[in-house]
Amino acid sequence: MSGESVFDRLEPLLPGVRKPVQYVGGELHAVVKEWDCADVRWALMYPDAYEVGLPNQGVQILYELLNEREGVLAERTYSVWPDLEAAMREHGIPQFTVDAHRPVGDFDLLGVSFSTELGYTNLLTALDLAGIPISAVDRGLDDPVVVAGGHAAFNPEPVAEFIDAAVLGDGEQAVLAITELVRAWKADGRPDGREGLLLRLATSGVAYIPAFYDVTYLPDGRIQRVVPNRPGVPWRVAKHTVMDLDEWPYPKAPLVPLAETVHERYSVEIFRGCTRGCRFCQAGMITRPVRERSITTIGEMVQRGVAATGFEEVGLLSLSSADHSEIAAVAKGLADVYEGTNVSLSLPSTRVDAFNVTLANELSRNGRRTGLTFAPEGGSERMRKVINKMVTEEDLIRTVATAYGNGWRAVKLYFMCGLPTETDEDVVAIAGMAHRVIETGRAAAGRKDLRCTISIGGFVPKPHTPFQWAAQLDHESVDRRLAALKAEVVKDKQFGRSIGLRYHDGRPSIIEGMLSRGDRRVSAVIRRVWEAGARFDGWSEYFSYDAWVAAATGAFDGTPVSLDWYTTRERDLTEVLPWDHLDSGLDKEWLWQDWQDAISGGEVEDCRWSPCYDCGVCPGMGTENQVGPTGRTVLPLSPV
Amino acid sequence: MSRQPEGPPPPPVVQRMRVRYTKRGRLRFTSHRDFARAFERAIHRAGVPIAFSAGFSPHPKVSYAGAAPTGVASEAEYLEIGLAETRTPESVRDDLDAALPPGLDVVEVVEVVPGGPSLADHIEASWWRIVLPGVDQAAAETAFAAFMAQDSIVVDRPTKDGVKPVDARASVVSGGVVAAASGAGEPGCATLDVVVRHAIPAVRPDDVMTALRRAAGLSTPVTPVVTRLAQGLLDAAPPLDGRRLIDPLK
Repeated sequence: MSGESVFDRLEPLLPGVRKPVQYVGGELHAVVKEWDCADVRWALMYPDAYEVGLPNQGVQILYELLNEREGVLAERTYSVWPDLEAAMREHGIPQFTVDAHRPVGDFDLLGVSFSTELGYTNLLTALDLAGIPISAVDRGLDDPVVVAGGHAAFNPEPVAEFIDAAVLGDGEQAVLAITELVRAWKADGRPDGREGLLLRLATSGVAYIPAFYDVTYLPDGRIQRVVPNRPGVPWRVAKHTVMDLDEWPYPKAPLVPLAETVHERYSVEIFRGCTRGCRFCQAGMITRPVRERSITTIGEMVQRGVAATGFEEVGLLSLSSADHSEIAAVAKGLADVYEGTNVSLSLPSTRVDAFNVTLANELSRNGRRTGLTFAPEGGSERMRKVINKMVTEEDLIRTVATAYGNGWRAVKLYFMCGLPTETDEDVVAIAGMAHRVIETGRAAAGRKDLRCTISIGGFVPKPHTPFQWAAQLDHESVDRRLAALKAEVVKDKQFGRSIGLRYHDGRPSIIEGMLSRGDRRVSAVIRRVWEAGARFDGWSEYFSYDAWVAAATGAFDGTPVSLDWYTTRERDLTEVLPWDHLDSGLDKEWLWQDWQDAISGGEVEDCRWSPCYDCGVCPGMGTENQVGPTGRTVLPLSPV
Repeated sequence: MSRQPEGPPPPPVVQRMRVRYTKRGRLRFTSHRDFARAFERAIHRAGVPIAFSAGFSPHPKVSYAGAAPTGVASEAEYLEIGLAETRTPESVRDDLDAALPPGLDVVEVVEVVPGGPSLADHIEASWWRIVLPGVDQAAAETAFAAFMAQDSIVVDRPTKDGVKPVDARASVVSGGVVAAASGAGEPGCATLDVVVRHAIPAVRPDDVMTALRRAAGLSTPVTPVVTRLAQGLLDAAPPLDGRRLIDPLK
């Protein structure tokens, strides 16, 4: 029988694996529906370990809103660690959902959320364990339709071989539209089989179906054309944009896991989208325009969410949370509601701005003032102009002085290495900045036991950004610049000991680079490296650069392309990019102009507060920035 | 300059409760840390007026008696909580049980009489029930008799830092194979009860199983399912059948 639990067979294996609780489900607010009460059934996957996947906001939103619908059933599945994978293979147990332990292969749809490209090999493991053919072309009528979503779905070409469909942009309305199309197709008696369903998805515009596009290549390896190969299939597929966040107040009652996970808090997205225009930031480019959630909805969601979960921390999420038009009132209102309780509030992703210290002070009324995080991203003034991060060194120094002066003891600063036009001096400049931070901080705080941590990652150029044409810096140069920075930091005996430096080697970024800007030929690399045993590539203890290089070398042998070709090669305006037929709303001409401006250090203002600069999204998508203020306040639902 | 926590000190403990809870079914795979986190969240959801410790990072006043190993079910886990306002044991039991997921069930709550012995003083042994699918009753009986006939059986327990020797026999007070007629056993599935005195290092049911396999030749084709049925003081009243433990909440 379809949808039957495999738990009886799984259970005897669990005592022999690490952290078995991650596989048993039973979380607070988990939903288990009768298999037969639904005519459309989704398995939702986050392709990483449970501890990372469970808190994922996107999966939780879709899980909740699908299960609220009559006749729809959604369950979750996560990547199993290699110890359980081996035991499952030995005992013939398929990839299962954690809700009712049903075989993933029994569902109508398998929705996979890719927030990072390094989850691709985990998709292959799950498909293989589920008994779903790895290549979409080999799938039959009863295999689930594999739908990719998340930010990486804006260029799904590297996984085009393995997925049936990709959804660009916000998922809330899209999953419901897909659900209705699947329901109608099943009710009609599944006309024209799998192809019939995929054609309905494609022609409705709800999803991109890679199989319905032919890609041809030039002799030098570049793409020649991408052409629809079925009548009625659109030339370009557009992203989805939810226009009223107050109508979609999810998650209302998020899952509360028994296992420990990476985020143990109730998170509410206070707005979606960002128009700051940081040129490296794919999230900021593909989620435009800005859509604020109203202060009253934020207040209601937080109070209901905390009551429903018992979480002691509330995260006010967005790409730049302090930019909400009523953030001061939100912070004060929530701090008032939770004053004297065990609930603490946090505001991740803050810009370098003294106002943010004031906010953090407000939010930390119940807690300790331990650490604040800022993201200058570039070490030198010139570099920050290139990436359009309009922060001067004086801004930063003033901000951290305020922070230390207000009792904060540690400041963490995020940077990137390998940005376009970057020189060794731009990276080494970070050390001087950190020294000034400590020096100013000691003066402001009147004490010496302060910390400044520099966290620095390798820059990966991403599709749909002005840097999509840029050459990625090779990993040897990244490592050399980071070594030079480290030497410069510790050289100063007076401040060096107060400064921590956190970085990773540059090699995983190169693989991420290939997967980010790759085309369909990269599918062969993913398949090869997975067959050679690659799993959990986002985890340094599992990631093997050598295995990826070997797979790329083998797959690209005899072709004009290579790992370098996809990563360290600069593209020009005339090149057809693998994602050109996927419409994020951004005008390619504007992106190119912004890329040219980057090279010359020209800055772009935020269009929330200055005139439109024609990035193309609003007219193209029929959307506009939605920002307050509303003038209202956070109201407590009940006295606390 | 020493820093002081802001605000007034937290309200004091005015009442203590002892709680018996279970780990049933698939939730037996929760580790103790997992349970503790879930329990503290349940307290907040249930609105139980838990008291907090003073200091920079206040902790809820919850103290746990030794927890069953991850993967072992239990009908008898114990903890004690301190409340900042008085409540009836019944309301605390109902509120906590409703706030915890099914399987982690709060079954009994009693108020602590001030000045009496601590919870730990009420617990010296555990009664474990080990269900052995694929093992027939006679084989289990033979193996257990061979096990009891020895004074000491040292087994290697795998730990994070390598193997550690544990005497799996010395702490076993009594035990036996449960008669099939009692309804606990079925053909080809023996049920073994053991009463184990708590000691340092603690002897766990899987140490006993290792000893039965190694020293008494028992073979277990399927992973045994273990449940802690009770904890308490050993009942010294003769005859000592060893399966009777004095309920720590009575």
